[in-house]
Amino acid sequence: MPKEHANWSPYDNNGGTCVAIAGADYCVIAADTRMSTGYSILTRDYSKICKLADKSFMASSGFQADVKALQKVLSSRHLIYQHQHNKQMSCPAMAQLLSNTLYYKRFFPYYAFNVLGGLDSEGKGCVFTYDAVGSYERVGYSAQGSGATLITPFLDNQLKSPSPLLLPAKDAVTPLSEAEAVDLVKTCFSSATERDIYTGDSVEIIILNASGVRHESEQLRKD
Amino acid sequence: MFRNQYDTDVTTWSPAGRLFQVEYAMEAVKQGSAAIGLRSKTHAVLACVNKANSELSSHQKKIFKVDDHIGVAIAGLTADGRVLSRYMRSECINYGYTYESPLPVGRLVVQLADKAQVCTQRSWKRPYGVGLLVAGLDESGAHLYYNCPSGNYFEYQAFAIGSRSQAAKTYLERKFEKFQESSRDDLIKDALFAIRETLQGEKLTSTVCTIAVVGVGEAFNILDQAAVQALINEFEISGEEVPATESVAEEAAGGASADQGGAAAEEEAAPMDI
Repeated sequence: MPKEHANWSPYDNNGGTCVAIAGADYCVIAADTRMSTGYSILTRDYSKICKLADKSFMASSGFQADVKALQKVLSSRHLIYQHQHNKQMSCPAMAQLLSNTLYYKRFFPYYAFNVLGGLDSEGKGCVFTYDAVGSYERVGYSAQGSGATLITPFLDNQLKSPSPLLLPAKDAVTPLSEAEAVDLVKTCFSSATERDIYTGDSVEIIILNASGVRHESEQLRKD
Repeated sequence: MFRNQYDTDVTTWSPAGRLFQVEYAMEAVKQGSAAIGLRSKTHAVLACVNKANSELSSHQKKIFKVDDHIGVAIAGLTADGRVLSRYMRSECINYGYTYESPLPVGRLVVQLADKAQVCTQRSWKRPYGVGLLVAGLDESGAHLYYNCPSGNYFEYQAFAIGSRSQAAKTYLERKFEKFQESSRDDLIKDALFAIRETLQGEKLTSTVCTIAVVGVGEAFNILDQAAVQALINEFEISGEEVPATESVAEEAAGGASADQGGAAAEEEAAPMDI
């Protein structure tokens, strides 16, 4: 007898794209602000980025109800950490906590595709990228969400170190300045907006460096 | 006369209708080093005396941040105080998670009081040996509550608990009427004066006391030593050095199981004839 299937799903995909790029002493975290369901737009003005700690920002695409729940759990855990240790969590510590929190719900996952960006204990930019159940890795840059397949190859072209097998040997990529990184992110989003229907409206950009946090916003195509 | 027969466990009443174990717990609070609280319409200040056991050790933490809008100062068994602070923090975090808004102080102190009451009605438990001065902010302004081991709680304009708190209370009773309209800085000044009263002649420096403030537009924070010393100097209230022999002997008798209410770091030797 073929298995009976549910006539409803606990999940929905609200679309959207998130990107983060780590620099020598800064980190850029960005996400578009469009929230969709099916072929409709729910709102053009929804933030997918959450400040988890002074030096850790998380951008998440996927099912925003699960994203919100995940953000709340992590914020509460961070409060407990602060009470116990009298200091803020470092970005790598938060990265591990996020991974553990996601795996905790291995058999009913948070439908959230996360990118964690911030500064590590040495002040260098760090980006961690995740799958829905907590597998994570520290990387120099990452994209998640509906536009990730369009953005990642472009970032690989611009940022990825050349293969050591190449002849003649090519220099490792020159370090990107903060302004160049922000510009690159804007380019990523305007390109992704062209072809991904779930990405657009505007992009919210957070720039984290030794002097603090900066916000930028760019309008994107609304179609 | 019959105290000893009825004081073995907390679930035994005395013929006079008293629970001696609970009263003994309140005694533990009196043995702890002093903690003071006062409040105005918009701010609440907590202050406590921080005496280290010896010159070699650090002093015990007696003031805890519970949330951005609530803090607590304790007197008595510091370990019990730490555990209750952890409970309070947890309650605030859970309330904030569920309601996305700060837990009203009045609700927290009731929960704390109910928790304390449980320990007065279970034969396998003992009452918490700590008094808590809870300072917090809610929509109606600043509040100060005192929670005691009996499970009772009261709201106060100003209060003092712990050893030699009567001296501070006397000072506060003289001045409390103007607290409601006081500025933040005046409130801190009065807290420092009240602390000085409990020191009874010993010099008031920022190494022996801790001050914390919470108010409208100001999250609960413990002032750092340098800031406190600056305030003390500004208010010129460091007081005089007096060979406080009576107070040293009194403290030595009280010390026992409570927190570092005991040994003062005096240079002069104390005569043991009190």
